[in-house]
Parts: sequence; C-alpha cells; structure tokens
Amino acid sequence: MTTVSTPPTVAHHHGPPTTFISKYVFSTDHKVIGKQYLGLALVAVTTGMVLSWYMRFHLAFPDAKAPGLGTITPEQYLQLMTMHGTIMVFFVLTTAPFAGFGNFFLPLHTGAEDMPFPHFNMMSFWVTLTAFLVLVAAFVVPEGPPLAGWTAYAPLSAVGSGSGPGEGTGQTLWAISIFIFCIGQLLGALNFICTVLDMRTKGLSLARLPYVTWAWFITSVIGLIAFSVLSSACVLLILDRVAGTSFFIPAGLVVNDRVLTHAGGSPLLWQHLFWFFGHPEVYIAILPGFGIISTILPAFARKPLLGPRVMIGCMAAIGFLSYTVWGHHMFLSGMNPTSAMGFSVPTLIITIPATIATLLWLGTLYGSKYRFTTAGLFCLGFISVFITGGLSGFFLAQPSIDTYLHATYFVVAHFHFVMAVAAIFGIFAGTYFWFPKMFGRMMNETLGKWHFALTFIGVYAVFMPMHYLGLAGNVRRYSSFPAEYMGQALPLHKWITIAALFTGAVQLIFLYNLIRSRFAGEQAPDNPWEATSLEWSTQSPPPWDNFGGRHLVVSHGPDEYGVQSPRGDYIMQTDPP
Amino acid sequence: MTPKVGSPPSAARTGVWVGMGAIAMAFAAYTSAMMVRREGAPDWHHFQLPSILYVNTVILLASSVALEAGRRRIGDDYEVGRAARAYLSLALGLGVAFLVGQILAWRDLAGQGLFLATNPASSFFYVFTAAHGLHLIGGLVALAYMLRRVRVAVGPGTYGALGAVALYWHFMDVLWLYLLGVLAVWL
Repeated sequence: MTTVSTPPTVAHHHGPPTTFISKYVFSTDHKVIGKQYLGLALVAVTTGMVLSWYMRFHLAFPDAKAPGLGTITPEQYLQLMTMHGTIMVFFVLTTAPFAGFGNFFLPLHTGAEDMPFPHFNMMSFWVTLTAFLVLVAAFVVPEGPPLAGWTAYAPLSAVGSGSGPGEGTGQTLWAISIFIFCIGQLLGALNFICTVLDMRTKGLSLARLPYVTWAWFITSVIGLIAFSVLSSACVLLILDRVAGTSFFIPAGLVVNDRVLTHAGGSPLLWQHLFWFFGHPEVYIAILPGFGIISTILPAFARKPLLGPRVMIGCMAAIGFLSYTVWGHHMFLSGMNPTSAMGFSVPTLIITIPATIATLLWLGTLYGSKYRFTTAGLFCLGFISVFITGGLSGFFLAQPSIDTYLHATYFVVAHFHFVMAVAAIFGIFAGTYFWFPKMFGRMMNETLGKWHFALTFIGVYAVFMPMHYLGLAGNVRRYSSFPAEYMGQALPLHKWITIAALFTGAVQLIFLYNLIRSRFAGEQAPDNPWEATSLEWSTQSPPPWDNFGGRHLVVSHGPDEYGVQSPRGDYIMQTDPP
Repeated sequence: MTPKVGSPPSAARTGVWVGMGAIAMAFAAYTSAMMVRREGAPDWHHFQLPSILYVNTVILLASSVALEAGRRRIGDDYEVGRAARAYLSLALGLGVAFLVGQILAWRDLAGQGLFLATNPASSFFYVFTAAHGLHLIGGLVALAYMLRRVRVAVGPGTYGALGAVALYWHFMDVLWLYLLGVLAVWL
C-alpha cells in the first residue's frame, strides 16, 4: 500500500438523496456531514467565547454584576472555566479542523465519491451532537454545571452529588458527554483511515496526498488511540459517580463533614489516563492546522513547500512523540524526579519536529512573491502565534521552571497561543480558502483582511500580557484577587478583558462575511486560487458524487507550483503527465 | 461493518483492523488502570473466578470454528449452500450462549455477595466482562446481518464483509482469552 492503491469504483449504486431529511439532516454525504460539524463548531465556539467573556468580566470587575448572572461566585467562575475549556477543546478545536474540514475534503482529496462507511460517518456527527447537547444540559440541572476543570481531576470530579456546587448531575453529564464524544470521533477516525488506505484514485500514491490529508490521517491514528483510552477512563469515572465504585476516590475522604464510603482509589490514576489522552489531544487540535498551512502556503507563495517529505515526517514524529509526554502535565502532581526527567526529555525532543516544520514554512516564504489573500494572511498569522506559543513551551518543558510557572497565567498564555489561537487561525485560513469550494461563492476579501488584522492584534493584546502575569506569580483558576495579593495586576486584567471583548466583537465581521457571502457572494470559479489538489478539479460546490462520475487519474504531486505549464505557473494533480 | 456499495472489498477488512486497534487500546487502558489500582491496595480482595467462565470460553472458541467452517463452505462461485448457512447460524447461536453463560457467571458472583462496588477486584471483573460483552453484541448484530445477507448467492463484496465480520469475531475470542488470563492471574 505504498505506491498505487486499488482504484475505487466511483459510480453510485443509488440516486442522490431527494428528501430534505436525507439531504440535509440525516445525510450520509461526507460534504453535508462536514458542514454539519462546522456548524456545530460555530455554535460551540460562540458559546465558549461568551463563557470566557463572563470569566474575564469577573476578573476585571470582581464586584460588578455580570449580565444575567449577577455577582459571579468563585464556584460559578470555576463552572464557567470548566464549560469553556470542555466546549472549546472538544467541540471546537477537535470538530472544526479535523472532523469538519476533514469530512468535507478528505474524500475529495483522495478522488473518492464518499467515505467507505457513510452510515458510520453520519452516526459520527449525530453522536457528537448528542454529546454536545448532553454537555450543555449541565447548565440547567440542580447543582449546576461541573467545576472540576476540563481535565476533571479526581477526586473532585468523582465524589458525587451533595458534595457542593457542580458536583451533582452536571459532572455526571460531563463524563457521559465525553464518553459519547469519544465514540463519535472513533467512528470518524475509522472512516478517515479507511478512506486514505483504500479509497485513493488511480495514480494517487500516499506521497501524492496533500499535506492536510496526511495531517488528517495522522490525526485519525492519534485520535483512535487517545479517544479509546479516554472512553475507558470516562466509564470508570461514571461508575465512581453513580455505582459506588472506588477507582479514583481515595480512602478517608471527608466531604461536608462526612466520611465518604469509597476507599483505596487513586486520583493520580485518573490524571494518567486523562493526560494519556490529553496531550495527544493537543496535537489532534493542531496537526490539522499544520496540514492546512502546509497546503495553503505553497498556493499563495506560488512555489512548492520546502522539504515535502520532511514535513510529513515531522507530522508523523509529532504524532508518535505525543504519546510519550503526557507526564509533563503532572510535574506538580507528586511525580518522582526520575519520571519527571523521563517525560521532560521527550517533551523537549517534540519541539524539534515542530521547529523544523516552522522553519520549512518560513523557508517556503523566503524569496516568494506571496499573494496576500485573507487565507494567506491567516497562514502567516498561524506561524506567528504558533512560534509565540511554542517558545514558552521550552520553559514549561523543564520541571524546575514548570514548578514555578505551572499554576500561573504563563501556562494559560502558552496553551492558548500554541493550541487554541493557532488552531483557530488554521480554521480561519481553511474557511477563507475552501469557502468558495464549499458554497460556490467567494468570501469578501476586504472584510476578511479587516477581520484578520483586528483578530491578530486582538489575540496578542489578550494573551501576551498573560506571560507577565504568570511571571509575576498570578495564579490561574482563581476567580478574583484581593488588593493585598496581585492587586497591582488588576489594571492588566482590565486591559485583557477589554481586549477579549474587542477580539470577540471583531468576530462579528467574520460572521457577517460568512452569512453575506453564503447568499450574496460573488460566484466562485472551480479553482479561484489556482491550486493543484483534486478538490479544485471539480465544480464549486462539488456535485453530490464529487466528480460527476469521472474516474480521476493522478499524475502529479500536490504542490507543483512555480513551473511552466499551459495553465500558467502550476500543474494540477489531474493534469496529464 | 458494511462498507458502502461501490467501495473496494478491502475497506471492510481495513475498517475491522482499525476498530480492533481502538478496542485493544480501550482494554489496554482498563488493564493499566487495574494494575495501578491493585498495587499495594489494602482493599483488594481476591476471589475465585466462577468456573462457568471456562465453559463459556470453550463455547466462544467453538463459535469461531463454526463461523470459519461456514465461511469456507462458500465456494469460489459464491454459492451459499445449506451447510454454510447452518454453520453460520451455529456460530450465532453459540455466541448468544456465551453471553448467557457470562450472565450466569455474574449471578454466581452476586450469589456470593460480590457486586460491582463490593471491592476493586469485583469492580474490574464486572467492567472487563461487561465491556467485552457489549463489543461481542456488536459482533452478534453483524453476524445476524450477514446471515440475512448471504441467503442468496453472494458477490465478492458480501464475501469480503463476511471475512471482516469473521475477523472481528475471532478478535473477540483473542480478547476474551486475554481478559480471562488477566482475571485469572491478577484477580
């Protein structure tokens, strides 16, 4: 399976869906499922952002009443934080760049008419949506949503109802939701892997797959392992909460003046199981971004990516190494120094492929006549925020420095830059790049460039000062700070809050552009960016069977730019040899 | 695991391999959780495994043999004779018998006062057997579906899917043998 794969049969054995339900709701069409995932991510990111606004509002104005919530209590703050993190990590950073764009474009990139198991694919979305609904149901149950953080550390997440706010049904719903989410993502990953291995069209060797397709493939393999383990962990957590078992709850725990009947459980066991998933999850969020940037950058630089095989090797190396570093989240959890060293070294090693990938992007840009489209700008923004976030990672990888910084805003700045903002910039780059193919209309470039410029300034205004807060010892997860402790940092918190509100408001430009372009945008040609991969050799938007029954034959690699050809300076993958 | 009509026959098999990888990881997580939880735990009470588990093991292995016998009786011309169908039905029946046997094992433990939350050893016993049983039910559904599908002459697609279902079913055997070993040694 290394050179040329089995040619898939491209003729549908049944007609296109005819009813509204089969076409748009319970659709087995990977393109509709991709759009459904992106729609879910849009709802989720809006929810998550509003939650973060409440947090920021309270941090800057601790005594003021927040609209709809009144004066936020410490417990409410933790609930906002938990739901913000959970929604963003699972339902935005996983669903949009991986499940959303992946579903829409992976079969197009392989020249297939669909995934091999379209019903599993449909289930994947509906299961994920169910997971989301189960999670947000936590807002309306007694004792409220969970407050144990998106990492749900035991025993706080396991002690059960009656232990305090957020310890009741909400936390159980959290565990059930994440379990369901795992099932949905496993069904998706299964399809992605089989599509890449078995559904490639004639001439499309693995080496000729676009980088983003490689990224989705590697991400699927990571997800397959990570979500399996997390699903098992969630089962054990649910049993601790509802069935009286003691997997994670230690003996003699006193809650609300009563000794719990549980005994012998290990809170550290939860951390190990969670972070065995949790760190690879970081790469599930960011690797599709790597792929998107590596695919889009050459299209606007009009030259091939520097070191194509090295880039694929870097992504694979990151995927492999992501399973060797989970302990670096637990340096402060009672880890012996030898183990800490064992996790610190691969953590530092994993920066090597990440650094090489960054250098390859910069090297590709060097000497190019870059086309500064909105998608192209977001690629540059991605590189910028990824470097900024990555640099702070060098400090945190070392246990002795992490001991000081781990519980501070330095870490908040680090992971927001490197996995959240970078991934979001990847999503934006993908949206502006692929919107014409998805909807057959162009997005407005002027609005897009304003959106980029203001968002770029905004995210730096929000997260850059957090490094200083962290270095100054400002701990994270605290809802407010009295005058005698970190009181001097309050003006900086106010600045961050105003910047966060501003950056959030700027996204209305994007939303307006999205809706307006969808209905009134300029008609998109089949290949507006003069790009090379297979999705650009079909109509915009593609017909229901992707290529109109054509049997594609691939004769070229994915980024043959900067060459002489009848088309101009590029050769499409489907062009004759 | 029915691949889309028109996709290559190998897709179902690849799908099962990928699925097996995911299931293996889920059980690896349970096993490592068991190792960690067991280490030095004063509340870990050993108990004797119900002897019916060994009978169940034989039943499950027999169902795999029957499934394989049925599959091999489908000839090169994809004719499904009565014997092939009988073997596949036998495999299905033995699969159901295995599940009934597992429930009897649970009843045996419950009779001894060992429930899910009684102590960590019994907790892991129920988790392991329930998780395996649920995955096996998935295999039973797939097997029942294949039995319906092979009523008439089958093409390479159906034959490929049957091969994939058989692969999954044999994996359930291997997984059970592994779990039985883990339970016998560490419980």
